[in-house]
Amino acid sequence: MNLTAIKVIYFNEMMRFWKTLFQSVASPVISTALYFVVFGSAIGSRMENIEGISYGLFIVPGLTMLSVLTQSISNASFGIFFPKFTGTIYELLSAPVSFYETLIGYVGAAATKSLILATIILLTANLFVDLNIAHPFWMLSFLVLTCVAFSLFGFIIGLWADNFEKLQIIPLLIITPLVFLGGSFYSISMLPELWQKVTLFNPVLYLVSGFRWSFFEVSDVSVGISLSMVFLFLAICIAIVAWMFRTGYKLKQ
Amino acid sequence: MDSIISIKALSKTYNSGFEALKTVDLEINRGEILALLGPNGAGKTTLISTICGIISPSSGSVTVDGFDIIKDFRKTRAMIGLVPQELTLGAFDTVWSTVRFSRGLFGSKRDDTYLEQLLKDLSLFDKKDSEIRALSGGMKRRVLIAKALSHEPKVLFLDEPTAGVDVELRKDMWKIVHKLSKKGVTIILTTHYIEEAEEIAERVGVISNGELLLVEKKDELMESLGKKQLLIDLKEPVKKIPKSLKNYNIELSEDGMQISYTYVVKDEEIDVSEVLHEITNSGLLLKDLKVEQSSLEDIFVDLVKEES
Repeated sequence: MNLTAIKVIYFNEMMRFWKTLFQSVASPVISTALYFVVFGSAIGSRMENIEGISYGLFIVPGLTMLSVLTQSISNASFGIFFPKFTGTIYELLSAPVSFYETLIGYVGAAATKSLILATIILLTANLFVDLNIAHPFWMLSFLVLTCVAFSLFGFIIGLWADNFEKLQIIPLLIITPLVFLGGSFYSISMLPELWQKVTLFNPVLYLVSGFRWSFFEVSDVSVGISLSMVFLFLAICIAIVAWMFRTGYKLKQ
Repeated sequence: MDSIISIKALSKTYNSGFEALKTVDLEINRGEILALLGPNGAGKTTLISTICGIISPSSGSVTVDGFDIIKDFRKTRAMIGLVPQELTLGAFDTVWSTVRFSRGLFGSKRDDTYLEQLLKDLSLFDKKDSEIRALSGGMKRRVLIAKALSHEPKVLFLDEPTAGVDVELRKDMWKIVHKLSKKGVTIILTTHYIEEAEEIAERVGVISNGELLLVEKKDELMESLGKKQLLIDLKEPVKKIPKSLKNYNIELSEDGMQISYTYVVKDEEIDVSEVLHEITNSGLLLKDLKVEQSSLEDIFVDLVKEES
Protein backbone atom coordinates (compact mmCIF):
# COMPACT_ATOMS: atom_id res chain seq x y z
CA MET A 1 0.00 0.00 0.00
CA ASN A 2 1.33 3.43 -0.97
CA LEU A 3 0.61 5.22 2.32
CA THR A 4 2.75 8.20 1.35
CA ALA A 5 0.53 8.76 -1.69
CA ILE A 6 -2.67 8.58 0.36
CA LYS A 7 -1.16 11.08 2.76
CA VAL A 8 -0.17 13.59 0.07
CA ILE A 9 -3.51 13.33 -1.73
CA TYR A 10 -5.30 13.84 1.58
CA PHE A 11 -3.22 16.81 2.68
CA ASN A 12 -3.24 18.35 -0.78
CA GLU A 13 -7.04 18.27 -0.71
CA MET A 14 -7.16 19.62 2.83
CA MET A 15 -4.84 22.44 1.79
CA ARG A 16 -7.56 23.70 -0.54
CA PHE A 17 -9.85 23.86 2.48
CA TRP A 18 -7.38 25.84 4.59
CA LYS A 19 -6.59 28.17 1.70
CA THR A 20 -10.23 29.17 1.53
CA LEU A 21 -10.68 28.96 5.28
CA PHE A 22 -12.68 32.14 5.57
CA GLN A 23 -15.10 31.03 2.88
CA SER A 24 -15.20 27.51 4.30
CA VAL A 25 -16.04 28.69 7.80
CA ALA A 26 -17.89 31.92 7.19
CA SER A 27 -20.42 30.56 4.74
CA PRO A 28 -21.81 27.77 6.99
CA VAL A 29 -21.79 30.07 10.02
CA ILE A 30 -23.69 32.77 8.19
CA SER A 31 -26.21 30.45 6.58
CA THR A 32 -26.85 28.62 9.85
CA ALA A 33 -27.32 31.93 11.63
CA LEU A 34 -29.77 33.02 8.92
CA TYR A 35 -31.80 29.82 9.24
CA PHE A 36 -32.01 30.37 12.98
CA VAL A 37 -33.04 33.97 12.66
CA VAL A 38 -35.71 33.16 10.06
CA PHE A 39 -36.98 29.74 11.12
CA GLY A 40 -35.91 29.64 14.74
CA SER A 41 -36.86 33.13 15.94
CA ALA A 42 -39.13 34.81 13.40
CA ILE A 43 -41.29 31.88 12.28
CA GLY A 44 -40.37 29.42 15.03
CA SER A 45 -41.68 31.67 17.78
CA ARG A 46 -45.17 31.29 16.31
CA MET A 47 -44.87 27.54 15.84
CA GLU A 48 -45.93 24.89 18.30
CA ASN A 49 -43.39 22.62 19.84
CA ILE A 50 -42.85 19.41 17.88
CA GLU A 51 -42.98 16.37 20.14
CA GLY A 52 -42.07 18.57 23.04
CA ILE A 53 -39.13 20.20 21.34
CA SER A 54 -39.00 23.89 20.43
CA TYR A 55 -38.91 24.45 16.67
CA GLY A 56 -35.54 26.20 16.81
CA LEU A 57 -34.02 23.15 18.47
CA PHE A 58 -35.92 20.70 16.27
CA ILE A 59 -34.33 21.94 13.03
CA VAL A 60 -30.70 21.69 14.24
CA PRO A 61 -30.09 18.07 13.07
CA GLY A 62 -31.82 18.68 9.73
CA LEU A 63 -29.90 21.86 9.17
CA THR A 64 -26.63 20.10 9.92
CA MET A 65 -27.51 17.25 7.57
CA LEU A 66 -28.43 19.70 4.78
CA SER A 67 -24.94 21.19 4.90
CA VAL A 68 -23.14 17.90 5.43
CA LEU A 69 -24.85 16.25 2.48
CA THR A 70 -24.37 19.08 0.00
CA GLN A 71 -20.83 19.87 1.12
CA SER A 72 -19.69 16.21 1.13
CA ILE A 73 -20.92 15.82 -2.42
CA SER A 74 -19.55 19.09 -3.70
CA ASN A 75 -16.14 18.70 -2.04
CA ALA A 76 -15.56 15.13 -3.17
CA SER A 77 -16.95 15.60 -6.66
CA PHE A 78 -14.95 18.76 -7.27
CA GLY A 79 -11.81 17.16 -5.85
CA ILE A 80 -11.69 14.43 -8.49
CA PHE A 81 -13.43 16.36 -11.29
CA PHE A 82 -10.96 19.24 -11.27
CA PRO A 83 -7.83 17.18 -12.13
CA LYS A 84 -9.85 15.55 -14.91
CA PHE A 85 -10.89 18.96 -16.17
CA THR A 86 -7.39 20.50 -16.08
CA GLY A 87 -5.64 17.32 -17.24
CA THR A 88 -3.47 16.96 -14.13
CA ILE A 89 -5.09 13.55 -13.65
CA TYR A 90 -2.30 12.14 -15.86
CA GLU A 91 -0.03 12.23 -12.84
CA LEU A 92 -2.42 10.30 -10.66
CA LEU A 93 -2.91 7.68 -13.38
CA SER A 94 0.81 7.26 -14.00
CA ALA A 95 1.70 7.07 -10.30
CA PRO A 96 2.13 3.83 -8.37
CA VAL A 97 -1.23 4.43 -6.73
CA SER A 98 -4.20 2.08 -6.80
CA PHE A 99 -7.76 3.23 -7.36
CA TYR A 100 -8.59 2.53 -3.71
CA GLU A 101 -5.69 4.62 -2.45
CA THR A 102 -6.87 7.48 -4.62
CA LEU A 103 -10.36 6.98 -3.25
CA ILE A 104 -9.21 6.98 0.39
CA GLY A 105 -7.24 10.18 -0.17
CA TYR A 106 -10.02 12.12 -1.86
CA VAL A 107 -13.01 10.76 0.06
CA GLY A 108 -11.13 10.94 3.36
CA ALA A 109 -10.36 14.61 2.81
CA ALA A 110 -13.92 15.44 1.71
CA ALA A 111 -15.40 13.61 4.70
CA THR A 112 -13.00 15.40 7.07
CA LYS A 113 -14.05 18.76 5.69
CA SER A 114 -17.72 17.86 6.18
CA LEU A 115 -17.03 16.81 9.76
CA ILE A 116 -15.29 20.10 10.49
CA LEU A 117 -18.21 21.91 8.89
CA ALA A 118 -20.78 19.98 10.95
CA THR A 119 -18.88 20.85 14.11
CA ILE A 120 -18.90 24.54 13.18
CA ILE A 121 -22.64 24.43 12.45
CA LEU A 122 -23.41 22.71 15.75
CA LEU A 123 -21.29 25.24 17.64
CA THR A 124 -23.06 28.11 15.88
CA ALA A 125 -26.44 26.54 16.63
CA ASN A 126 -25.46 26.33 20.26
CA LEU A 127 -25.31 30.14 20.32
CA PHE A 128 -29.01 30.33 19.41
CA VAL A 129 -30.47 27.33 21.20
CA ASP A 130 -29.49 25.24 24.18
CA LEU A 131 -28.22 22.11 22.54
CA ASN A 132 -28.13 18.86 24.50
CA ILE A 133 -27.05 15.68 22.80
CA ALA A 134 -28.73 12.61 24.28
CA HIS A 135 -26.49 10.02 22.58
CA PRO A 136 -23.16 11.60 21.60
CA PHE A 137 -21.72 8.29 20.40
CA TRP A 138 -24.60 7.66 18.00
CA MET A 139 -24.63 11.29 16.96
CA LEU A 140 -20.98 11.03 15.94
CA SER A 141 -21.51 7.63 14.30
CA PHE A 142 -24.39 8.93 12.17
CA LEU A 143 -22.38 12.00 11.29
CA VAL A 144 -19.20 10.13 10.31
CA LEU A 145 -21.09 7.50 8.32
CA THR A 146 -23.09 10.15 6.47
CA CYS A 147 -19.97 12.19 5.71
CA VAL A 148 -18.20 9.14 4.30
CA ALA A 149 -21.20 7.80 2.37
CA PHE A 150 -21.99 11.12 0.70
CA SER A 151 -18.35 11.91 0.01
CA LEU A 152 -18.20 8.55 -1.77
CA PHE A 153 -21.32 9.52 -3.68
CA GLY A 154 -19.67 12.83 -4.55
CA PHE A 155 -16.58 11.02 -5.78
CA ILE A 156 -18.78 8.93 -8.07
CA ILE A 157 -20.45 12.06 -9.44
CA GLY A 158 -17.04 13.68 -9.95
CA LEU A 159 -15.88 10.68 -11.99
CA TRP A 160 -19.10 10.52 -13.96
CA ALA A 161 -19.33 14.22 -14.76
CA ASP A 162 -17.50 15.38 -17.85
CA ASN A 163 -18.63 18.98 -17.63
CA PHE A 164 -19.55 21.52 -14.98
CA GLU A 165 -23.27 21.18 -15.66
CA LYS A 166 -23.26 17.48 -14.85
CA LEU A 167 -21.24 18.22 -11.75
CA GLN A 168 -23.94 20.56 -10.42
CA ILE A 169 -27.06 18.83 -11.61
CA ILE A 170 -27.35 16.02 -9.05
CA PRO A 171 -26.70 18.13 -5.94
CA LEU A 172 -29.02 20.83 -7.24
CA LEU A 173 -31.89 18.84 -8.71
CA ILE A 174 -31.86 15.73 -6.55
CA ILE A 175 -30.05 16.18 -3.26
CA THR A 176 -31.37 19.59 -2.20
CA PRO A 177 -35.05 18.67 -2.83
CA LEU A 178 -34.57 15.32 -1.11
CA VAL A 179 -33.12 17.03 1.97
CA PHE A 180 -35.89 19.63 2.13
CA LEU A 181 -38.58 16.97 1.63
CA GLY A 182 -36.89 14.45 3.93
CA GLY A 183 -38.15 15.93 7.17
CA SER A 184 -35.21 18.22 7.83
CA PHE A 185 -37.43 21.07 8.94
CA TYR A 186 -40.58 19.17 9.98
CA SER A 187 -41.71 15.86 11.36
CA ILE A 188 -43.33 13.69 8.71
CA SER A 189 -46.19 13.07 11.14
CA MET A 190 -47.22 16.64 10.22
CA LEU A 191 -47.89 15.52 6.63
CA PRO A 192 -51.09 13.96 5.19
CA GLU A 193 -50.97 10.16 5.32
CA LEU A 194 -50.27 9.70 1.59
CA TRP A 195 -47.27 12.04 1.71
CA GLN A 196 -45.98 10.30 4.80
CA LYS A 197 -45.88 7.09 2.74
CA VAL A 198 -44.22 8.81 -0.20
CA THR A 199 -41.60 10.32 2.10
CA LEU A 200 -40.61 6.83 3.23
CA PHE A 201 -39.00 6.39 -0.21
CA ASN A 202 -36.72 9.34 0.46
CA PRO A 203 -33.39 8.02 1.76
CA VAL A 204 -32.56 11.34 3.40
CA LEU A 205 -35.48 10.88 5.80
CA TYR A 206 -33.64 8.00 7.45
CA LEU A 207 -30.45 9.99 7.87
CA VAL A 208 -32.19 12.99 9.37
CA SER A 209 -34.46 10.89 11.54
CA GLY A 210 -31.62 8.81 12.99
CA PHE A 211 -29.48 11.87 13.51
CA ARG A 212 -32.31 13.69 15.24
CA TRP A 213 -32.93 10.71 17.48
CA SER A 214 -29.32 10.88 18.71
CA PHE A 215 -30.05 14.44 19.89
CA PHE A 216 -33.60 14.31 21.27
CA GLU A 217 -34.62 10.63 21.30
CA VAL A 218 -37.49 11.40 18.92
CA SER A 219 -37.59 10.01 15.41
CA ASP A 220 -39.86 9.50 12.40
CA VAL A 221 -38.64 5.96 11.80
CA SER A 222 -36.90 3.54 14.12
CA VAL A 223 -33.19 4.04 14.71
CA GLY A 224 -32.34 0.49 13.59
CA ILE A 225 -33.89 1.16 10.19
CA SER A 226 -32.09 4.51 9.96
CA LEU A 227 -28.75 2.90 10.63
CA SER A 228 -29.43 0.08 8.17
CA MET A 229 -30.31 2.63 5.50
CA VAL A 230 -27.06 4.51 6.04
CA PHE A 231 -25.12 1.26 5.69
CA LEU A 232 -27.15 0.29 2.63
CA PHE A 233 -26.34 3.60 0.95
CA LEU A 234 -22.69 3.17 1.86
CA ALA A 235 -22.70 -0.37 0.44
CA ILE A 236 -24.29 0.80 -2.82
CA CYS A 237 -21.67 3.53 -3.21
CA ILE A 238 -18.84 1.08 -2.52
CA ALA A 239 -20.30 -1.36 -5.07
CA ILE A 240 -20.47 1.37 -7.74
CA VAL A 241 -16.93 2.47 -6.93
CA ALA A 242 -15.70 -1.16 -7.15
CA TRP A 243 -17.30 -1.47 -10.56
CA MET A 244 -15.72 1.79 -11.67
CA PHE A 245 -12.37 0.51 -10.49
CA ARG A 246 -12.73 -2.76 -12.41
CA THR A 247 -13.69 -1.09 -15.64
CA GLY A 248 -11.49 2.02 -15.31
CA TYR A 249 -14.71 3.97 -15.86
CA LYS A 250 -14.09 7.40 -17.40
CA LEU A 251 -10.56 7.46 -16.07
CA LYS A 252 -8.78 5.11 -18.38
CA GLN A 253 -9.33 4.20 -21.98
CA MET B 1 22.62 -4.78 -25.01
CA ASP B 2 20.79 -4.71 -21.67
CA SER B 3 17.22 -3.61 -22.24
CA ILE B 4 15.22 -1.74 -19.61
CA ILE B 5 11.87 -1.62 -21.38
CA SER B 6 10.63 -4.53 -23.39
CA ILE B 7 7.50 -4.08 -25.49
CA LYS B 8 5.99 -7.19 -27.06
CA ALA B 9 3.16 -7.23 -29.58
CA LEU B 10 1.56 -4.20 -27.97
CA SER B 11 -1.65 -3.01 -29.54
CA LYS B 12 -4.29 -0.47 -28.61
CA THR B 13 -7.70 0.03 -30.11
CA TYR B 14 -9.76 2.81 -28.54
CA ASN B 15 -13.44 2.38 -27.71
CA SER B 16 -14.21 4.46 -30.78
CA GLY B 17 -12.67 1.67 -32.86
CA PHE B 18 -9.60 3.70 -33.75
CA GLU B 19 -6.54 1.48 -33.93
CA ALA B 20 -3.84 3.68 -32.42
CA LEU B 21 -1.17 0.98 -32.09
CA LYS B 22 -0.83 -2.09 -34.28
CA THR B 23 1.41 -4.78 -32.77
CA VAL B 24 4.41 -2.79 -31.66
CA ASP B 25 7.61 -4.60 -30.62
CA LEU B 26 10.43 -2.56 -29.16
CA GLU B 27 13.39 -3.03 -26.85
CA ILE B 28 14.65 0.13 -25.17
CA ASN B 29 18.22 -0.07 -23.93
CA ARG B 30 19.26 0.92 -20.45
CA GLY B 31 20.70 4.42 -20.38
CA GLU B 32 20.02 5.32 -24.00
CA ILE B 33 18.30 8.35 -25.48
CA LEU B 34 15.64 7.16 -27.89
CA ALA B 35 13.62 9.48 -30.06
CA LEU B 36 10.24 8.35 -31.33
CA LEU B 37 9.61 10.24 -34.48
CA GLY B 38 6.31 10.46 -36.24
CA PRO B 39 3.67 12.79 -37.60
CA ASN B 40 0.78 13.98 -35.44
CA GLY B 41 -1.62 11.15 -34.67
CA ALA B 42 0.97 8.45 -35.41
CA GLY B 43 0.55 6.77 -32.01
CA LYS B 44 3.55 8.19 -30.16
CA THR B 45 1.60 9.50 -27.19
CA THR B 46 -0.55 6.36 -27.05
CA LEU B 47 2.61 4.25 -26.87
CA ILE B 48 4.17 6.14 -23.99
CA SER B 49 0.84 6.61 -22.19
CA THR B 50 0.40 2.85 -22.24
CA ILE B 51 3.83 2.23 -20.76
CA CYS B 52 3.14 4.83 -18.06
CA GLY B 53 -0.23 3.33 -17.14
CA ILE B 54 -2.51 6.11 -18.35
CA ILE B 55 -4.02 3.94 -21.07
CA SER B 56 -4.76 0.23 -20.81
CA PRO B 57 -3.31 -1.87 -23.64
CA SER B 58 -5.70 -3.94 -25.79
CA SER B 59 -3.17 -6.77 -26.09
CA GLY B 60 0.50 -7.50 -25.78
CA SER B 61 2.82 -6.89 -22.87
CA VAL B 62 5.32 -4.36 -21.55
CA THR B 63 7.96 -4.94 -18.90
CA VAL B 64 10.08 -2.30 -17.20
CA ASP B 65 13.28 -3.64 -15.68
CA GLY B 66 11.72 -7.10 -15.82
CA PHE B 67 8.45 -6.13 -14.13
CA ASP B 68 5.09 -6.28 -15.88
CA ILE B 69 3.39 -2.87 -16.16
CA ILE B 70 0.03 -4.28 -15.09
CA LYS B 71 0.86 -7.00 -12.56
CA ASP B 72 3.71 -5.08 -10.92
CA PHE B 73 2.42 -1.60 -11.67
CA ARG B 74 3.74 -0.18 -8.40
CA LYS B 75 7.29 -1.18 -9.22
CA THR B 76 7.23 -0.12 -12.86
CA ARG B 77 5.52 3.22 -12.31
CA ALA B 78 7.87 4.15 -9.46
CA MET B 79 10.72 3.81 -11.95
CA ILE B 80 9.13 6.07 -14.56
CA GLY B 81 8.80 9.83 -14.83
CA LEU B 82 6.56 11.43 -17.45
CA VAL B 83 6.58 14.94 -18.85
CA PRO B 84 3.29 15.33 -20.69
CA GLN B 85 2.79 17.27 -23.88
CA GLU B 86 0.23 19.73 -22.52
CA LEU B 87 1.03 22.23 -19.77
CA THR B 88 -1.23 20.52 -17.27
CA LEU B 89 -0.65 21.96 -13.83
CA GLY B 90 -2.80 23.06 -10.90
CA ALA B 91 -2.92 26.84 -11.28
CA PHE B 92 -3.11 27.65 -7.59
CA ASP B 93 -0.37 25.33 -6.32
CA THR B 94 3.07 26.70 -5.64
CA VAL B 95 6.07 25.22 -7.41
CA TRP B 96 7.35 23.78 -4.16
CA SER B 97 4.06 22.21 -3.10
CA THR B 98 3.40 20.62 -6.49
CA VAL B 99 6.88 19.10 -6.65
CA ARG B 100 6.57 17.72 -3.16
CA PHE B 101 3.14 16.37 -4.00
CA SER B 102 4.56 14.50 -6.99
CA ARG B 103 7.35 12.96 -4.97
CA GLY B 104 4.92 11.72 -2.34
CA LEU B 105 2.46 10.45 -4.93
CA PHE B 106 5.17 8.21 -6.32
CA GLY B 107 5.76 6.82 -2.85
CA SER B 108 9.18 8.37 -2.26
CA LYS B 109 10.16 9.57 1.19
CA ARG B 110 10.35 13.31 1.71
CA ASP B 111 13.75 14.67 0.68
CA ASP B 112 13.84 18.45 0.59
CA THR B 113 17.57 18.59 -0.17
CA TYR B 114 17.08 16.61 -3.36
CA LEU B 115 14.08 18.66 -4.43
CA GLU B 116 15.86 21.94 -3.75
CA GLN B 117 18.80 20.83 -5.87
CA LEU B 118 16.40 19.71 -8.60
CA LEU B 119 14.75 23.13 -8.67
CA LYS B 120 18.17 24.79 -8.79
CA ASP B 121 19.23 22.59 -11.71
CA LEU B 122 16.11 23.62 -13.58
CA SER B 123 16.55 27.33 -12.72
CA LEU B 124 13.31 27.21 -10.76
CA PHE B 125 14.59 27.74 -7.27
CA ASP B 126 13.83 31.45 -7.08
CA LYS B 127 10.27 30.69 -8.22
CA LYS B 128 9.87 28.09 -5.48
CA ASP B 129 7.04 29.89 -3.71
CA SER B 130 5.34 31.34 -6.79
CA GLU B 131 1.92 30.11 -7.77
CA ILE B 132 2.03 28.21 -11.03
CA ARG B 133 -0.49 30.50 -12.73
CA ALA B 134 2.05 33.34 -12.35
CA LEU B 135 4.71 31.50 -14.38
CA SER B 136 5.49 31.82 -18.07
CA GLY B 137 4.91 28.88 -20.45
CA GLY B 138 8.59 28.01 -20.44
CA MET B 139 8.73 28.01 -16.66
CA LYS B 140 5.66 25.80 -16.51
CA ARG B 141 7.40 23.35 -18.80
CA ARG B 142 10.33 23.30 -16.36
CA VAL B 143 7.92 22.64 -13.48
CA LEU B 144 6.54 19.64 -15.37
CA ILE B 145 10.08 18.31 -15.76
CA ALA B 146 10.76 18.90 -12.06
CA LYS B 147 7.59 16.99 -11.17
CA ALA B 148 8.59 14.10 -13.42
CA LEU B 149 12.05 13.95 -11.84
CA SER B 150 10.86 14.50 -8.27
CA HIS B 151 10.98 10.78 -7.43
CA GLU B 152 14.34 10.11 -9.09
CA PRO B 153 13.07 7.89 -11.92
CA LYS B 154 15.26 5.50 -13.90
CA VAL B 155 13.30 6.14 -17.07
CA LEU B 156 12.09 9.52 -18.26
CA PHE B 157 9.47 10.01 -20.94
CA LEU B 158 9.30 13.38 -22.62
CA ASP B 159 6.22 13.80 -24.78
CA GLU B 160 6.94 16.51 -27.35
CA PRO B 161 9.12 18.38 -24.85
CA THR B 162 9.91 21.32 -27.06
CA ALA B 163 6.57 21.91 -28.74
CA GLY B 164 5.97 25.64 -28.57
CA VAL B 165 9.16 26.28 -26.64
CA ASP B 166 11.60 29.08 -27.49
CA VAL B 167 15.13 28.38 -28.70
CA GLU B 168 16.78 29.13 -25.38
CA LEU B 169 14.62 26.75 -23.41
CA ARG B 170 14.98 24.12 -26.12
CA LYS B 171 18.77 24.29 -25.83
CA ASP B 172 18.43 24.16 -22.03
CA MET B 173 16.18 21.15 -22.32
CA TRP B 174 18.72 19.33 -24.44
CA LYS B 175 21.39 20.10 -21.85
CA ILE B 176 19.18 18.69 -19.11
CA VAL B 177 18.57 15.56 -21.17
CA HIS B 178 22.29 15.01 -21.71
CA LYS B 179 23.00 15.55 -18.04
CA LEU B 180 20.36 13.02 -17.02
CA SER B 181 21.60 10.59 -19.59
CA LYS B 182 25.11 10.82 -18.13
CA LYS B 183 23.63 9.89 -14.76
CA GLY B 184 22.29 6.72 -16.35
CA VAL B 185 18.64 7.75 -16.82
CA THR B 186 17.03 6.18 -19.87
CA ILE B 187 15.29 8.86 -21.90
CA ILE B 188 12.54 8.39 -24.43
CA LEU B 189 11.25 11.44 -26.20
CA THR B 190 8.60 11.79 -28.81
CA THR B 191 8.88 14.53 -31.32
CA HIS B 192 7.92 15.57 -34.76
CA TYR B 193 10.86 17.94 -34.93
CA ILE B 194 13.49 16.01 -36.82
CA GLU B 195 16.26 18.35 -35.73
CA GLU B 196 15.49 17.47 -32.14
CA ALA B 197 15.98 13.76 -32.77
CA GLU B 198 19.02 14.49 -34.87
CA GLU B 199 20.51 16.65 -32.14
CA ILE B 200 20.08 14.51 -29.04
CA ALA B 201 18.99 10.96 -29.76
CA GLU B 202 21.24 7.94 -29.98
CA ARG B 203 18.60 5.79 -31.59
CA VAL B 204 15.59 6.80 -33.61
CA GLY B 205 12.31 4.97 -33.96
CA VAL B 206 9.91 6.03 -36.67
CA ILE B 207 6.19 5.59 -36.00
CA SER B 208 3.47 6.10 -38.52
CA ASN B 209 -0.17 4.99 -38.43
CA GLY B 210 0.36 3.04 -35.23
CA GLU B 211 3.25 1.00 -36.61
CA LEU B 212 6.89 1.15 -35.70
CA LEU B 213 8.49 1.35 -39.11
CA LEU B 214 12.05 1.02 -37.89
CA VAL B 215 14.34 1.56 -34.93
CA GLU B 216 17.96 2.17 -35.63
CA LYS B 217 21.03 3.95 -34.34
CA LYS B 218 20.84 7.45 -35.66
CA ASP B 219 24.18 7.29 -37.46
CA GLU B 220 23.37 3.92 -39.01
CA LEU B 221 20.00 5.15 -40.11
CA MET B 222 21.56 8.14 -41.75
CA GLU B 223 24.09 5.90 -43.42
CA SER B 224 21.77 3.15 -44.55
CA LEU B 225 18.95 5.28 -45.74
CA GLY B 226 20.80 8.51 -46.22
CA LYS B 227 21.37 9.70 -49.74
CA LYS B 228 24.21 11.86 -50.87
CA GLN B 229 24.19 14.19 -53.75
CA LEU B 230 27.32 15.13 -55.63
CA LEU B 231 26.88 18.58 -57.17
CA ILE B 232 29.25 19.67 -59.90
CA ASP B 233 29.36 23.21 -61.27
CA LEU B 234 30.49 23.49 -64.87
CA LYS B 235 32.66 26.14 -66.43
CA GLU B 236 30.51 26.29 -69.53
CA PRO B 237 26.86 25.40 -69.95
CA VAL B 238 25.95 22.18 -71.74
CA LYS B 239 22.68 21.29 -73.48
CA LYS B 240 22.55 17.65 -72.44
CA ILE B 241 24.36 15.03 -70.43
CA PRO B 242 27.10 13.28 -72.44
CA LYS B 243 26.21 9.79 -73.66
CA SER B 244 28.91 8.12 -71.58
CA LEU B 245 27.14 9.26 -68.42
CA LYS B 246 23.64 8.06 -69.39
CA ASN B 247 23.99 4.93 -67.28
CA TYR B 248 24.40 6.88 -64.08
CA ASN B 249 21.74 8.64 -62.08
CA ILE B 250 22.91 12.06 -63.24
CA GLU B 251 20.71 15.06 -63.83
CA LEU B 252 21.38 18.37 -65.52
CA SER B 253 20.17 21.66 -64.09
CA GLU B 254 17.86 23.85 -66.19
CA ASP B 255 20.51 26.44 -66.94
CA GLY B 256 22.94 23.66 -67.92
CA MET B 257 25.56 24.93 -65.50
CA GLN B 258 25.34 22.14 -62.97
CA ILE B 259 25.08 18.36 -62.95
CA SER B 260 24.06 16.37 -59.92
CA TYR B 261 24.64 12.73 -59.10
CA THR B 262 22.47 11.17 -56.37
CA TYR B 263 23.48 7.91 -54.69
CA VAL B 264 22.77 5.85 -51.59
CA VAL B 265 25.84 5.77 -49.38
CA LYS B 266 25.42 2.16 -48.29
CA ASP B 267 24.86 0.81 -51.81
CA GLU B 268 27.74 -1.65 -52.40
CA GLU B 269 27.52 -1.41 -56.19
CA ILE B 270 28.21 2.27 -56.25
CA ASP B 271 31.76 3.39 -56.84
CA VAL B 272 31.99 7.15 -56.62
CA SER B 273 35.54 7.28 -57.96
CA GLU B 274 34.39 5.46 -61.10
CA VAL B 275 31.62 8.00 -61.59
CA LEU B 276 34.02 10.88 -61.10
CA HIS B 277 36.40 9.30 -63.53
CA GLU B 278 33.66 8.98 -66.15
CA ILE B 279 32.62 12.59 -65.62
CA THR B 280 36.13 13.96 -66.12
CA ASN B 281 36.56 11.78 -69.21
CA SER B 282 33.26 12.91 -70.69
CA GLY B 283 34.76 16.20 -71.75
CA LEU B 284 32.82 18.37 -69.32
CA LEU B 285 34.80 21.25 -67.87
CA LEU B 286 34.45 21.19 -64.10
CA LYS B 287 34.52 24.34 -62.04
CA ASP B 288 33.66 23.22 -58.53
CA LEU B 289 32.12 20.32 -56.68
CA LYS B 290 30.38 19.69 -53.37
CA VAL B 291 28.57 16.85 -51.62
CA GLU B 292 25.25 17.19 -49.78
CA GLN B 293 23.91 14.63 -47.34
CA SER B 294 20.19 14.10 -46.79
CA SER B 295 18.95 14.99 -43.30
CA LEU B 296 16.94 12.80 -40.98
CA GLU B 297 13.98 14.82 -42.16
CA ASP B 298 14.38 13.70 -45.77
CA ILE B 299 14.73 10.10 -44.60
CA PHE B 300 11.67 10.42 -42.47
CA VAL B 301 9.58 11.96 -45.20
CA ASP B 302 10.62 9.19 -47.58
CA LEU B 303 9.76 6.50 -45.06
CA VAL B 304 6.37 7.84 -44.18
CA LYS B 305 5.60 8.42 -47.86
CA GLU B 306 6.49 4.84 -48.70
CA GLU B 307 4.27 3.63 -45.89
CA SER B 308 1.23 5.57 -47.02
